[in-house]
Amino acid sequence: MIKLLLEVYYAQIKTSLAVQFQYRASMVIWMIGRVVQPLVFLVVWTTVARTRGGEVNGYDEGGFAAYFIMQMIVSQATFSWIMWEYDYIIRSGQFNFKLLRPIHPIHADVADNLAYKILSLVILLPVAVLLAWLFPPTFHPQRWSLTAGVLAIGLAFVVRFTIEWTLAMSALWTGRVNAITQIYDVFLIFMSGFFAPLAVMPQAVQVVANFLPFRWLIAFPIELTLGRLTPQAALWGFSMQAFWLLVALTTLTFVWRAGLKQYSAVGS
Amino acid sequence: MNQLRVLWTFFRLGALNELAYRANFFTQIFQAFVSLGLALGGLVVVFQQTDTLGGWYPNELLALVGIYVLVGGLINLIIQPSMQRFMEDIRLGTLDFLILKPEDAQFLISVRQIEIWKLIDVLMGFGVILMALVRLGGQFGLVEAVSFVVALLAGVTIVYSFWLMLATCAFWFVKTENILVIFQAMYGAGRWPITIYPIWLQTILTFLVPIAFAVTVPAQALTGRLTAQTLLLAVAVAGALFLIARRFWQFGIRFYSGASA
Repeated sequence: MIKLLLEVYYAQIKTSLAVQFQYRASMVIWMIGRVVQPLVFLVVWTTVARTRGGEVNGYDEGGFAAYFIMQMIVSQATFSWIMWEYDYIIRSGQFNFKLLRPIHPIHADVADNLAYKILSLVILLPVAVLLAWLFPPTFHPQRWSLTAGVLAIGLAFVVRFTIEWTLAMSALWTGRVNAITQIYDVFLIFMSGFFAPLAVMPQAVQVVANFLPFRWLIAFPIELTLGRLTPQAALWGFSMQAFWLLVALTTLTFVWRAGLKQYSAVGS
Repeated sequence: MNQLRVLWTFFRLGALNELAYRANFFTQIFQAFVSLGLALGGLVVVFQQTDTLGGWYPNELLALVGIYVLVGGLINLIIQPSMQRFMEDIRLGTLDFLILKPEDAQFLISVRQIEIWKLIDVLMGFGVILMALVRLGGQFGLVEAVSFVVALLAGVTIVYSFWLMLATCAFWFVKTENILVIFQAMYGAGRWPITIYPIWLQTILTFLVPIAFAVTVPAQALTGRLTAQTLLLAVAVAGALFLIARRFWQFGIRFYSGASA
């Protein structure tokens, strides 16, 4: 079973790589937005740090630089376009083709996403180096925190993908998920550490963020990699990631079964 | 005069087309509120930590956000949809029908497609600007008002000319929609005053993708920090860019051979 799955992933990733490589120029252009956003936040927060005399709640200019360069990498590694895609393919009936395959459609989606991540890494890493040269970052990683950070990014990708894929399935009922996507994005921007490190967010946001999955998807891998967390905090973070993965997977199974019964294959 | 009538007709057409999808109204209102909420939420978070951002006070940045929403609304109302349709027409060869019409072709392609719901953004932008002005109190005089209107007109002209030049490239490259993605990605940077960015980024945002003129300069005019030189520069750049864009468009259309015929 696992061998078969690996073969499927290998074949799908190979195909996706070939397909997406055709659109490499478009890919570079689409990446601009994903670089500009953290860059803008970085400038805003370093400006705040400078007006405050160099530091905001444990982050100085170099600290912010390190945080947002890492934010760019973590959000690129964990993001997916699945909610936008399913809004379209369910409404237009193209979902039928995915259903015809003798394997759960999520596997093809994961493989597509991984292929894109592999390709975009070629752009992302030089950009990260360039940003590090323009905005010298300061951070103190330890060897264990770097290794654990990579693991945390991987887990964050799995959790975020599961959540977004589950939410995308709500299109089976409503036919449109764009409104849900937009609300989700608002939470992701403010509750995850995307717009700013949680330490500089208002107290209320920090409290609420503890009860939501978002901070374990962005802020946790960043802080861990940058060596800002104690081993205890890291363990707690991994447990929370595991907890939310469990919640998301259970919901996914349930939603998938119920959704298929609901689906009426419009557009065919 | 005739051009105004044509413009009005396209507005009516846009409205009539969209009135068939009335539920869209709520979707669009929802979208507009979400993106405004994002912008304002960002301001709230930042100003919890500081009193001024690069010399801008909260209410002044509120005005800037209003201008950002207003200009973004104008772009999405007319400029972007028209230019996209224009590039599509080049690709399909249907531009033939348009250049036969007895009206200036550049004018026609520039106003032909109107996304009527984006008026919501325009109105919302006005609302935010007004709110900011009320909260700023008595610091707003006639000089500011006039220079704001001039700066805003110059900014919109610059954005339009920039967009027209990009779209005109479609005569040679056919598929250039992706260039517009760059503009959208960069436009997000205009939500904050350009002056906080490092010089190299300011240069990009001023001359390569002219967001500084579209958002920051009008906001500077409104909050009384605009020098006469900058205003003159904005007007000069607007005039020059408009002329260059028109010449470039006239040059480009000579290369159009029609794909359908």
